Amino acid sequence: MSKDNQVLEELTSKEYEHGWTTNIETDSAPKGLNEDIIRFISSKKNEPAWLLEWRLDAYRKWTKMKEPTWPNVTYPAINYQDVIYYSAPKQKVSPTNLEEVDPELIKTFEKLGISLTEQKRLTGIAVDAVIDSVSVATTFKETLGELGIIFCSFSEAVQKHPDLIKKYMGSVVPVNDNYFAALNSAVFTDGSFCYIPKGVRCPMELSTYFRINAANTGQFERTLIVADEGSYVSYLEGCTAPMRDENQLHAAVVEIYAMKDAQVKYSTVQNWYPGDKEGKGGIYNFVTKRGLCFGDNSKISWTQVETGSAITWKYPSCVLKGDNSSGEFYSVAVTNNYQQADTGTKMIHIGRNTKSRIVSKGISAGHSQNSYRGQVHIMKRAEGARNFSQCDSLLMGDKCGAHTFPYIDVENSTAKIEHEATTSKIGEDQIFYCLQRGIDEESAVALIVNGYAKEVLNQLPMEFAVEAQKLLALTLEGSVG
Amino acid sequence: MLSIKNLQAKIGEKQILNGINLEVKPGEVHAIMGPNGSGKSTLASVLAGREEFEVTGGTADFLGKDLLEMAPEDRAREGVFLAFQYPVEIPGVSTINFMKTAVNQIREYRGQQPLDAVSFLGVMKEKMKLVEIDQSLLNRSLNEGFSGGEKKRNEIFQMAMLEPKLAILDETDSGLDIDALKIVANGVNKLRNKSNAVVVVTHYQRLLDYIVPDFVHVLYKGKIVKSGTKDLALELEAKGYDWIKDEVTVA
Repeated sequence: MSKDNQVLEELTSKEYEHGWTTNIETDSAPKGLNEDIIRFISSKKNEPAWLLEWRLDAYRKWTKMKEPTWPNVTYPAINYQDVIYYSAPKQKVSPTNLEEVDPELIKTFEKLGISLTEQKRLTGIAVDAVIDSVSVATTFKETLGELGIIFCSFSEAVQKHPDLIKKYMGSVVPVNDNYFAALNSAVFTDGSFCYIPKGVRCPMELSTYFRINAANTGQFERTLIVADEGSYVSYLEGCTAPMRDENQLHAAVVEIYAMKDAQVKYSTVQNWYPGDKEGKGGIYNFVTKRGLCFGDNSKISWTQVETGSAITWKYPSCVLKGDNSSGEFYSVAVTNNYQQADTGTKMIHIGRNTKSRIVSKGISAGHSQNSYRGQVHIMKRAEGARNFSQCDSLLMGDKCGAHTFPYIDVENSTAKIEHEATTSKIGEDQIFYCLQRGIDEESAVALIVNGYAKEVLNQLPMEFAVEAQKLLALTLEGSVG
Repeated sequence: MLSIKNLQAKIGEKQILNGINLEVKPGEVHAIMGPNGSGKSTLASVLAGREEFEVTGGTADFLGKDLLEMAPEDRAREGVFLAFQYPVEIPGVSTINFMKTAVNQIREYRGQQPLDAVSFLGVMKEKMKLVEIDQSLLNRSLNEGFSGGEKKRNEIFQMAMLEPKLAILDETDSGLDIDALKIVANGVNKLRNKSNAVVVVTHYQRLLDYIVPDFVHVLYKGKIVKSGTKDLALELEAKGYDWIKDEVTVA
């Protein structure tokens, strides 16, 4: 075994640092899924009748759908009856302010580096913290409220802003959009809701932090962001989970609705538990994320750094309906050990002069499989549409795989489409060059990988970019063969 | 400073170095010349610690330490610098960032505090002047899209930043026009002092007009077959390598 491979063995066996659990009493539904469970969830959440109907409709559609087999991932069949669909930290009353939140929960988030105490925060990020399936606290609500910005848990929005929820929920991702979206629509428990009123530029980053804690629990959250005319918001999402031997299911839905001249920037650093180095455990991450550029000149930008999960199935997409609207997708997806990722984007050009840009950087190490799957669809009416796609793959070692599945459908001959793709390997030459300058192997790999992913990392808000860089280095240090 | 005794090395099954002996003292410049395939670059790589070469015999002592036992990064930290014949591209990493990482890791090894951004920039500006390199080049991705001359200048800039005790220049003249050659040689000369040493590996005498060696060694079939002063280089230039080959064969 060469020295490089030894270092690889040592470093890829690094343990997942967020793998602890919190002992909180939870209130759970029994295992399994049927209409009664959905009624149970809906009544627990004190939902209006229309929402229960909406859920049941989704459930009935889901039972007729088939789990997709086209992704380039393999996993044992999921027994959907063996999952707990509702688990909530037990709290006597639902908290109206932070003093009422269980101190254990606050500690959990502090351990993750997320302070929910507003006065302690210097960075000016408003956080909605979701544990298992329930939002436990949202910070800076009042500051935002003064501008008319609504930022709260999804459940709270259902109670307080039912009209907005009713109008926009499912408008971007219909209940029967796909198998996992239908499942989510039936059983989702919480998530975040955000509304930015006309002409308002949200003065701080809005952030949701998801944490799965309880065993055998699926996390099914929904995020809905509505940006009214001429508004702007930058939204962050982070996620972690404890280490468990069994796989845990996560099927989320994120919908973004952008009206005329609105801009939404959505950034994710996904660090779900990826399983151990033999591939045992880890989160199954089946997520539907879609943004609708409904109004003219609107813009939606997705940036994701995907480092966790045993399986990732995720295609943050943009539907460019408004004229001159634009969509962006910047992604770094890292897989190591036995992780599998099938991720990419869809850019659907409907309006005139719509633009899209895709920059995808895949990094595979260990025995992992990393696929980019993307679709660019230029519809008939999309006169003057433009797309630029760049899909790069970086391989570390010789047991991993990188795959690219780009689909391009053009129905309008005025479209301009550019596609670039590269596959490279971290070369021994590059490593040796660094070593010869006195840089150790771990730092060399971190340097090379961060250089490779720079274009995407540059899109992240400052604090997030630093976190993402560290995360990349941590996931991959020394993974060279 | 560097004492090499009977050094032998192979790559795969191919024996390349067949017993090299070389003594380098502080303040000296040694030129290693020889025909293609004689083992010049292999010698440079083995000294720097490249893994694909296997040392099969001999010793190399560097300032009282066993050089061959050290990891490549530790050799660099102890003061061995290799200017590469083909400098490697690292996309997305600027020379500045690269050098900052290197300088601070070396400082850490030596038990020194890392340089803060301001001091680092100060040092950098000074060295930039010394080797006549423009900052715009250093802001770009390391060696990506650089011309041959720019790459070699960048190597000398890095040498200036790291202030090695022993610098090995591997075919630094290859691919350079005469102006670039002068700038590179000029940089190296400015960096020379009584306590450091330079080993110049080259096929041609040309570079030695500008970096004047104290000793010239001719490498042939993995052995130093002839040593002399700078006049030997001129002789080689005039007569080619064949007479050396003949001499060796006769002997």
